[in-house]
Amino acid sequence: MTELVSNGGRFAAITQRPPRPEAVVAAHTRRRYARERRFKLIGMGAVIVAIGLLAILLATVLSNGAGAFQQNYAVLDVRFDPAEIDPSGNRDPEALADADYQAVLNDALVAAFPDMDDRQGRRAMRAMLSNSSALQLRQMVLDDPSLIGSTVPVRFLLDDERDQYLKGEVDPSLAEANRRLKDRDIALVDRLAEQGRIETGFNWTLFTNADSREPEQAGLRAALVGSFWMMLICFLLSVPVGVAAAVYLEEFAPKNRWIDLIEVNVNNLAAVPSIVFGLLGLAIFLNLFGVPRSASLAGGLTLALMTLPVIIVVTRAALRSIPPSIRAAALGVGASPLQVVFHHVLPLALPGILTGTIIGMARALGETAPLLMIGMIAFIANVPSGPLDPATALPVQVFLWSDSPERAFTERMAAAIIVLLGFLIAMNVIAVLLRKKFERTW
Amino acid sequence: MYILAIILVMAAGAFQLSRQRAWALAGGRSSALHSRPSYYGWHAALLSGGPAILLVILWFLFASSIVGWIVTAGLPEAVRSQSTEALQFFMQDVRRLAAGLPLGREATPEAIDAANAYAAAMLAGNWVFGIIGVLLAGWLGWLAYRKVDPKFRARNRVERWTDYILLSAAAVSVLITAGIVFSVLFESLRFFSMVSPIEFFFGLNWSPQTAIRADQVGSSGSFGAVPLITGTLLITFIAIFVAGPIGIMAAIWLSQYAPRRVRDVAKPLMEILAGIPTVVYGFFAALTVAPFIRSVGESLGLNVASESALAAGVVMGIMIIPFVSSLSDDAINAVPTALRDGSYGLGATKAETIQRVILPAALPGIIAGFLLAVSRAIGETMIVVMAAGLAANLTLNPLAAVTTVTVQIVTLLVGDQEFDSAKTLAAFALGLFLFGITLILNVIALYILQRFRERYD
Amino acid sequence: MATAIKVNDLPKTEVPAAQRPAPKMSARKVNLWYGQKQALFDVDIDVAKNSVVALIGPSGCGKSTFLRCLNRMNDTIDGCRIEGDIRLDGRDIYDRSVDVVQLRQQVGMVFQKPNPFPKSIYENVAYGPRIHGLATNKAEFDEIVETSLKGAGLWNEVADRLSQPGNSLSGGQQQRLCIARAIAVAPEVILMDEPCSALDPIATAKIEELIDELRQHFTICIVTHNMQQAARVSQKTAFFHLGKLIEFGDTDEIFTNPKQQMTQDYITGRFG
Repeated sequence: MTELVSNGGRFAAITQRPPRPEAVVAAHTRRRYARERRFKLIGMGAVIVAIGLLAILLATVLSNGAGAFQQNYAVLDVRFDPAEIDPSGNRDPEALADADYQAVLNDALVAAFPDMDDRQGRRAMRAMLSNSSALQLRQMVLDDPSLIGSTVPVRFLLDDERDQYLKGEVDPSLAEANRRLKDRDIALVDRLAEQGRIETGFNWTLFTNADSREPEQAGLRAALVGSFWMMLICFLLSVPVGVAAAVYLEEFAPKNRWIDLIEVNVNNLAAVPSIVFGLLGLAIFLNLFGVPRSASLAGGLTLALMTLPVIIVVTRAALRSIPPSIRAAALGVGASPLQVVFHHVLPLALPGILTGTIIGMARALGETAPLLMIGMIAFIANVPSGPLDPATALPVQVFLWSDSPERAFTERMAAAIIVLLGFLIAMNVIAVLLRKKFERTW
Repeated sequence: MYILAIILVMAAGAFQLSRQRAWALAGGRSSALHSRPSYYGWHAALLSGGPAILLVILWFLFASSIVGWIVTAGLPEAVRSQSTEALQFFMQDVRRLAAGLPLGREATPEAIDAANAYAAAMLAGNWVFGIIGVLLAGWLGWLAYRKVDPKFRARNRVERWTDYILLSAAAVSVLITAGIVFSVLFESLRFFSMVSPIEFFFGLNWSPQTAIRADQVGSSGSFGAVPLITGTLLITFIAIFVAGPIGIMAAIWLSQYAPRRVRDVAKPLMEILAGIPTVVYGFFAALTVAPFIRSVGESLGLNVASESALAAGVVMGIMIIPFVSSLSDDAINAVPTALRDGSYGLGATKAETIQRVILPAALPGIIAGFLLAVSRAIGETMIVVMAAGLAANLTLNPLAAVTTVTVQIVTLLVGDQEFDSAKTLAAFALGLFLFGITLILNVIALYILQRFRERYD
Repeated sequence: MATAIKVNDLPKTEVPAAQRPAPKMSARKVNLWYGQKQALFDVDIDVAKNSVVALIGPSGCGKSTFLRCLNRMNDTIDGCRIEGDIRLDGRDIYDRSVDVVQLRQQVGMVFQKPNPFPKSIYENVAYGPRIHGLATNKAEFDEIVETSLKGAGLWNEVADRLSQPGNSLSGGQQQRLCIARAIAVAPEVILMDEPCSALDPIATAKIEELIDELRQHFTICIVTHNMQQAARVSQKTAFFHLGKLIEFGDTDEIFTNPKQQMTQDYITGRFG
């Protein structure tokens, strides 16, 4: 074989391949481009589906929950009859507290609907208002005994079913047997509205009350306070320990098997299901350390364990983004390794650490499952006054209300979600702003 | 709490005094000292505050258990001879009474006595440890103060201690894992001493009885976890079936096709999905998706359970879409541009390049992402608690109601619970199983990811 | 070695300009911008059929950028804008009617770093024919793979391990695999972007030999920062500086008797 001939032979199969007919090539190319377009469309479709699902989810929450921020009130002219409240006339607080305010309320109702003054009518009228109405009158008198003897218009919480009806959530055309609100009740509410005795206002109860069996009295206060304590405890524990651990692993740790073990361990902990942390909290904090069940302290501790690996991971990422030249420069002027870290690296990594911390805390705020494990599912009707009191958390409150059949609770649950998402969005916005403000490129 | 404040003040005092002493000894020339004066201060503060604070914190942590033991030991024979559960219940009352919390019912005289003893022991313990702590802080602070000397290498000392403090922070993560393993393992072993592991792992029947007292009829339930595991896998499979294609295709489109402006908007929007609390997804599943699937199924003449696996699975899938898509995105971006150019240079279209070059090259990363997503789906709790059923059906029909491991853990542990009953302990056995499975998945995934990153670095 | 042909033995084609056939590729007044920054200024170059043109110049001079214009690889870069006229066989490759996928089949490319796909050696070579539908059955693929690997002088080394991954080969073998991959689609022009910069001298020598053989069947345009390499393998050399074409002419001429002072300074090593 001579070289040149052999070379020519080598390429002949390639270069002397018969050209394919133009039409074949064109058709083939068309098919390829069609596939290309199809592929691209599928990809775009996937993004649209994902974002569409997000939109549906948020729309569902908003449309269900928006109503809960409004509440209908009945305004009745209440005559604080001295004969009823303070027959002795000496304004003795104990006597005032013991008086029959239900009777006062009944009088006010009968005054509004004189034709309903029979046993059944009274019951229907009483059911129209929230069952806290008599207590409300009592509180008013105790706060201001001078009311006795006067007639003043008072705003009462409307019962949740009637409230739902006024918000258009009860369909009166449904067969009477299929709805909780009977024709007679509806007629009564309609008459109340005709008399102009219905007022609609912002639902402050939602933020000032703790949970209640009565939807119209149920609020988020206990959950908000509980969540606040838990976040505080979680922050105080997980951030210092997490940052210290990350600094050690990233800046000081020698390369050996133990440190490798710790690293693998941290990465895995960050992916352990949250409910397992709940089991840990139950076994350690409740059963071993005797922290009271349902207390924010137990919740905060458990959430801290869960958040710690997240903080370590994000802090390490922030530390890693600081270029080695900074460390070299500081070491070069005679700083000790510790001084390098505390004087130079940490301050530079601070924005990143903060951003990561906020995101970790946001996750902790939305976490539910581990809290169920440590008994935070209890019905809490009192606002906790400290971290040792039984409390609940925002997402747990959502879960609790989701179990209740009343439409009004569904509405409040969605409202609680809106509040929760509001907090989360605020936290994320802060994180994004922080990142934007301190972003620097090396 | 006050004790901690006092010790902190003492440590601050030690800091101040030692630093001043260092200054004084150096005669105002810091070069005469081995370390800068504040290091002498830190040395004193750490020495005086560290051990004392540690002691007090340890006491706080274990006080309740220690005092509990002491009080239990001193209880009248009649109370002590009760069953373990009753005793635990009793001690819970005692703790509440001692803390001044309302009990909700009339307390027994024994309980009140015990509560008084408990409160007294607690107070005494607080005093004893408080005083020991303060004395310790003072003594060590004094030692450190005496040690201040221009030749003393305070900086090196402080740095070494700081090193140890940081190391112990890092070790906390190991402690957490150890805590998980031991707490879950310990209770699981107790469970397996009552129920054989063979029944647990291979039994086809799951019905932990709901009898509250052990003497009630039908108290021995059956604990075959297979229906729970198949239920979990069914829902996980549905979730991955939804999230996998959508997540990967979304990642491909966003990273390869989307115009920059669209990407800048769409990507954060998708990440919002990841930030939504799971309880919200549970709400979505239970109130919107499940009824929707049910009505669609019924219009097709299918029998759909109101708590169908499909509803929970689909919503879980939505939840993990951003998870799959961001991990796929990372994997795709890790593929070197050179490969992409090589394919374009041969005249490949974008789709051909992605399908035949980029995806195969990114495959390990994508698989790792899938494994992490599966682990996430298996451990997800709230969606299934709110949208999946409680009945342990052994079925693969996505339209039927199934239950999952996490749902059962929650149902077993929420509400009245007695320790030592197989029912409660079963939750820990399930927890151990869950931890084990997710751990294995995570380890494999992280290993693949590490190898994958090394290949293209 | 059967394929060994001394580079210097080959006759340097010296044909008077008038008799020269129409160039395979020609570029006229090519300007290119990356965003706001202009990277090429009025570049005019002709590439004759079955010849090797070397593009030389200091780093960042635009030689690689220009090379990537010839098969529109710059299309994949965001914010890249190109003006001017680049023709392949007299047809404007930036014309709307030209299909970039087919263009790149005609104008293949070999990159600086060997970039075999994470597939087997066989699949690496078969990739191009597969996407372009050049073969329909196994036998045809086998034949293309074999001839392409032979063409790249790699067949003898890999014939018994075609199913092994492409990146299990050594650097020089990987680069020849990439060349085999490029010639498997039967291109007319092959663009090479510093194909030897990541290779050791022995592997480099092999590639250079290969280039010389390839020239008889393909038209080649090569970017190199190694002036000896340019002198060894090319017939024409273009010298770029700061995005401008400083001088373009016969390789012998450029290296022995450059017309521009700047070219002389560069090839004698005064800057670069």
